[in-house]
Amino acid sequence: MVQFNLPKDSEVKKGKYYKAESNAKNIKKVNVYRWSPEDGENPRLDTYEVDMDNCGPMVLDALIKIKNEIDSTLTFRRSCREGICGSCAMNIDGSNTLACTKSAKEVNGDINIYPLPHMPVIKDLVPNLKQMYKQYQSIEPWMQSSKTTNGSEGLQTIEDRSKLDGLYECILCACCATSCPSYWWNGDKYLGPAVLLQAYRWIIDSRDEERKKRLKKVADELKLFRCHTIMNCTNACPKGLNPAKAIGSIKKMLVTEKSN
Amino acid sequence: MSYEVINHEYDVVVVGAGGSGLRAAVGLAEAGLKTACVSKVFPTRSHTAAAQGGISAALGNMCEDDWRWHMYDTVKGADWLGDQDAIEFLCKEAPQAVIELEKYGVPFSRTEDGKIYQRPFGGMTKNYGNGVVQRTCAAADRTGHAILHTLYGQALKKDTEFFIEYFALDLIMENGKCQGIIAWNLQDGTIHRFRSKMVILATGGYGRAYFSATSAHTCTGDGGGMVLRAGLPLQDMEFVQFHPTGIYGAGCLITEGSRGEGGFLVNSEGERFMERYAPSAKDLASRDVVSRSMTIEINEGRGVGKNKDHIFLHLNHLDEKILKERLPGISESAKVFAGVDVTKEPIPVLPTVHYNMGGIPTNYFGEVLSKDAAGSDVIVEGLMAVGEAACVSVHGANRLGSNSLIDLVVFGKAAAVRAAEKVKPNSKHEQISDQETQKCLDRFDKMRNASGNTPTAVLRDKMQRTMQSKCAVFRTDKTLKEGLNEIQEPWQGLSDISVKDRSLIFNTDLVEALEFDNLIRQSQVTVASAENRKESRGAHSREDFKDRNDEEWMKHTLAWHKDGKVSIDYRDVHNYTLTNDVQYFPPKARVY
Repeated sequence: MVQFNLPKDSEVKKGKYYKAESNAKNIKKVNVYRWSPEDGENPRLDTYEVDMDNCGPMVLDALIKIKNEIDSTLTFRRSCREGICGSCAMNIDGSNTLACTKSAKEVNGDINIYPLPHMPVIKDLVPNLKQMYKQYQSIEPWMQSSKTTNGSEGLQTIEDRSKLDGLYECILCACCATSCPSYWWNGDKYLGPAVLLQAYRWIIDSRDEERKKRLKKVADELKLFRCHTIMNCTNACPKGLNPAKAIGSIKKMLVTEKSN
Repeated sequence: MSYEVINHEYDVVVVGAGGSGLRAAVGLAEAGLKTACVSKVFPTRSHTAAAQGGISAALGNMCEDDWRWHMYDTVKGADWLGDQDAIEFLCKEAPQAVIELEKYGVPFSRTEDGKIYQRPFGGMTKNYGNGVVQRTCAAADRTGHAILHTLYGQALKKDTEFFIEYFALDLIMENGKCQGIIAWNLQDGTIHRFRSKMVILATGGYGRAYFSATSAHTCTGDGGGMVLRAGLPLQDMEFVQFHPTGIYGAGCLITEGSRGEGGFLVNSEGERFMERYAPSAKDLASRDVVSRSMTIEINEGRGVGKNKDHIFLHLNHLDEKILKERLPGISESAKVFAGVDVTKEPIPVLPTVHYNMGGIPTNYFGEVLSKDAAGSDVIVEGLMAVGEAACVSVHGANRLGSNSLIDLVVFGKAAAVRAAEKVKPNSKHEQISDQETQKCLDRFDKMRNASGNTPTAVLRDKMQRTMQSKCAVFRTDKTLKEGLNEIQEPWQGLSDISVKDRSLIFNTDLVEALEFDNLIRQSQVTVASAENRKESRGAHSREDFKDRNDEEWMKHTLAWHKDGKVSIDYRDVHNYTLTNDVQYFPPKARVY
């Protein structure tokens, strides 16, 4: 029988163990995926004992504490630390989320941290998100309108504006896309939940005049219909948005507006 | 060690891809200039995303308004340290800039008649200080996020060439002229030299010089650091804004818009103390006033909590519908970072470092200024600055809330227009020597191989704690002298810094060390400028010089940094307007 194995260099080995100072009373073990592109070694899982009595409440606080006090080579992205920039998206305790808004206390037992799944890794917890960014550009995320208003402001009703709620708040963190099995397998062709959510944000904006063109552009077996309503995206979104619903709405519009 | 350098040639290089950098890049593309936009983070990760409350412009959608009233408020907010020609330009251009953003697709909240919703904000008044005006245009409480994403979309539309996750190391200066920049590509570890006719620094503020800041970890003032290393001055660095409402402990921002929508501050006695300090504007006095009042309340024993060391912000009396529609973001932040349900309980808050009024001196076109031997302003050719990195100066000694987002787009656009006037597309680049490049790479290599005994985190912590305790809301000769002394320690620590990661790809250990180099220079300049200014003005409040002293001190501080020493000179405040559409507002007592 044919045996299938993962390539040798994808095996995650046991890494280093960093013990906390002996007087620490409230220790949490943080297991972190490490991989460097420059040393030819396999990925490994390093374990850091973190003194939670002297650490902020969030998983990001623990990572920063590790970088500041234990191992400055640990590599991850972070910026705003308040859930608005989307830099620190990673897989924590088995789910994709933002390290800065994920409470360390909520994790039972050890905290296991991996990069966002199924993306090429640049180093440690830093994934390469170029593919998603390119797809984002492909949906033309800018207003298309030929209206001239002679220097006065464009109008939009409160009702029309409310249709953008739950859409425009997306922070492009990629938690949803990288939790989606369809995106894992067909990420080069399927646009994925984050990008489709943004496609819908422009489709439904009453000020945009290219709704039909936009719909036509995503109406594709692979780009859109690889969504099988698994709902991992909606479960993962750290901002509480619902990409699955937006994708459903696009699919529905394609049916109801086909006759036009 | 020698590094292979990859060369690029552009008409213009923009460093930074936040609100001002993106707006500049869009304008440059429209002008047909070959433009590179270099950023250490993906554009939508820039700190503009964290701006909440709104963007000011006298649109008059909610009530009568006039850009002159906006100008008066800004002049007064700035405590007469702002340049009135630049402020006139800002306030006059503001309405068109917001209308342009709306056309770009920013999802502004709306009024019943479909116009852009505007909310009250601190220091924003009608008819030259007579009552509250609703001037701050909002997209719920996520205005910065909405603007940043929209501007990124516009930049994509214009096919802007982005160099993302490139860390800018230094300016290339030759013959007093900026010839480009050197940057390090974090994703593959390569070094790049960007030659350009114009460099526009849009690198943001340096809030992380302080221990507790609303600023992102990436707000390390890299442009300011580059400018100081190039031997050029920074302006008005003593003016650091403390936002009244950072979440106690976490430091995350709670928008001033929460008070604009009716929220108020109370002390341990349940008193709305702002009524005492600012009888007319109350909780909507300008930020320096509110932050000082809160600090006095705490210092006099009326703080709340176990240690009586913070203040409560009440929103629980507001209609739940308003909280949900207009303040959803901070409702979430309060829940996550303070465990507070804003519909039921107050939010624990504390004045927190938020914004740098000071920065790279420019005129209102965005051209960087220095001073020649004769004491006159000179333009540094080839170099511009916009956004929080710059000091135009429109914010003077204290910025009004919602005036920063408008600053980004108005001056981002103005810089692009000016660059298009000065730079001919695809014109040839001057020959330059490799000396500057080598100097920059030597510094880079030295830092990369730094094998001292002190981790960056230790030096940074020392710097941040010194700034926080010695150069805070209230300052005295004693604290500032101590600060000057103590800040030497982390500066000297640079020679003993330790960088453990020797790699070139995504070496954030090295990034943080280089960022610390930028921060510590600006920290030294900040304390020295503060110690030097013997008056109280705007955010610079001296307990030993309690009053504003226009006779001696209505002037901009210029500060140079060399080998850990700061030298200081001055520039005149522009006491004239740009046109005859408005008259100069002469200084008077600043009461809210």
